[in-house]
Amino acid sequence: MNTASSQLDRRELVAALLAAAPEALVVTGLGSPTYDVHATAPDRAGIFHLWGAMGGAVPLGLGLALAQPKKQVLVITGDGEMLMGIGSLGTVAASRPANLSIVVLDNGHFGETGMQQSHTSLGANLAEIASGFGIGMVLRINEADDVDDLAKHMRSQSGPVFAHAVIATGEQPRAMPGRDGAAAKNSFRANLGLAPL
Amino acid sequence: MPTVETPIWQHDVWDALRASGVQQVAYVPDAGHSHAIREAIADPDITDIVLTTEEEGVAVVAGAWLGGQRAALLMQSSGVGNCVNMFSLLDSCRFPFLTLVTMRGEYAEFNPWQGPMGRATEESLKLMGITVLRVDTPDDVAETVSAAADAAFLAGERVAVLIGQRLIGRKIWKKDNK
Repeated sequence: MNTASSQLDRRELVAALLAAAPEALVVTGLGSPTYDVHATAPDRAGIFHLWGAMGGAVPLGLGLALAQPKKQVLVITGDGEMLMGIGSLGTVAASRPANLSIVVLDNGHFGETGMQQSHTSLGANLAEIASGFGIGMVLRINEADDVDDLAKHMRSQSGPVFAHAVIATGEQPRAMPGRDGAAAKNSFRANLGLAPL
Repeated sequence: MPTVETPIWQHDVWDALRASGVQQVAYVPDAGHSHAIREAIADPDITDIVLTTEEEGVAVVAGAWLGGQRAALLMQSSGVGNCVNMFSLLDSCRFPFLTLVTMRGEYAEFNPWQGPMGRATEESLKLMGITVLRVDTPDDVAETVSAAADAAFLAGERVAVLIGQRLIGRKIWKKDNK
C-alpha cells in the first residue's frame, strides 16, 4: 500500500536503476515511466517505450524475455498501468522467466489524468499481490541504494523479480521519446541484430 | 472424463503452426484448441504461455517479435472482445500478428451468452485493422492456417483465422450427452 510518505524521487530512482543494469533491455509503461526513462537515458539503445496499450508493459516484457533468455529484461511501469494488467503478474509467475524483472513506480495516483487516487492509495498492496500470484522474489525499494539488490538478482538471472518502489507524488517535466511505434520497433530489433518488419 | 479422439483438423492446426516456425504459443484455453495447447506444452522447442486474459497475449506476441521470435495467440471468440484496445499496439507498431480463434455463438450454440460477442467477433477484428480468414470445412484448415502464418510472418500482416463453430462441432457436456 502507498502511504504517500515516501520522498523517493522517481527520476533519481530510474537513473539508479538504469545505471545498475547497463545491459538490460528495457520496456516502459505508458505515461510517467516512459518520460522518466527517456529523460534519464535519451540515447540508450534497447529501450521500448509504450505510449499506449495500457496494461501491456509486463506481458510485452514477458514475450521479450522468453525470446531473449540470455538478456536481462527490465519492465519499468507505474501503479495504474500495472493495475490494468494485474493478471499478467500471474502469467509471469506461471511462465517463470528467470531474466525478467518488473519495477513498479508507485505514487498511488493516476498521474497522467489529474492525479486521482489509484487503488494503491486505497488499500491495494502491489508487493503482496505479486507474491500472492506466485512470484517468488519480491523486493521493496525504499531508497535509491536498494536498486543494488535488484541488480544483483538481475545479474544472477534468479527471477522473475517484482520490485515495488513507493515514490514521491511530485510531477516532473515531461520528456517525450518518439511516438512512431513502427520506428521504435524496428530500431529495437536492429539493436538486437534483427531485420526490420 | 470421457476419452474423445482428437479430430484431424486439430492436428492440422498444430502441424501448420509448428511448420510456421512459431516458438511461443500464448493461450486462453478452448476445447477447440486443446490439441494445440497439449502439443505446445509437450514440445521442448515451444514455450507455452497460459494467460489470465487474452489481451495479455497480444502484448506477449508483440514482445516475442521484438525479441526475434514468432508467436501465436490461441483464443475463443469471446476473448477477441477482451483484446480490443490492446490491438492498438499491433497497428501502432506494425507488429506481425497471428491469432487462431475458435468461434462460439454461431452454430448449434446452446448458451445465449456467447451470442453477442460471437456475432461481433469478425467485425471487431476488422475494425481494429486485422485481416480475417475464415475456415468452415476440415479440409481447408491446414492451408488457411499456413496462409495466415505466411501473411503474418513474411508480409508482416495482422491476421486472424476464425475456426467456425460448425467445424468444431457441438459441445458435449456429458458422456451420455443427455
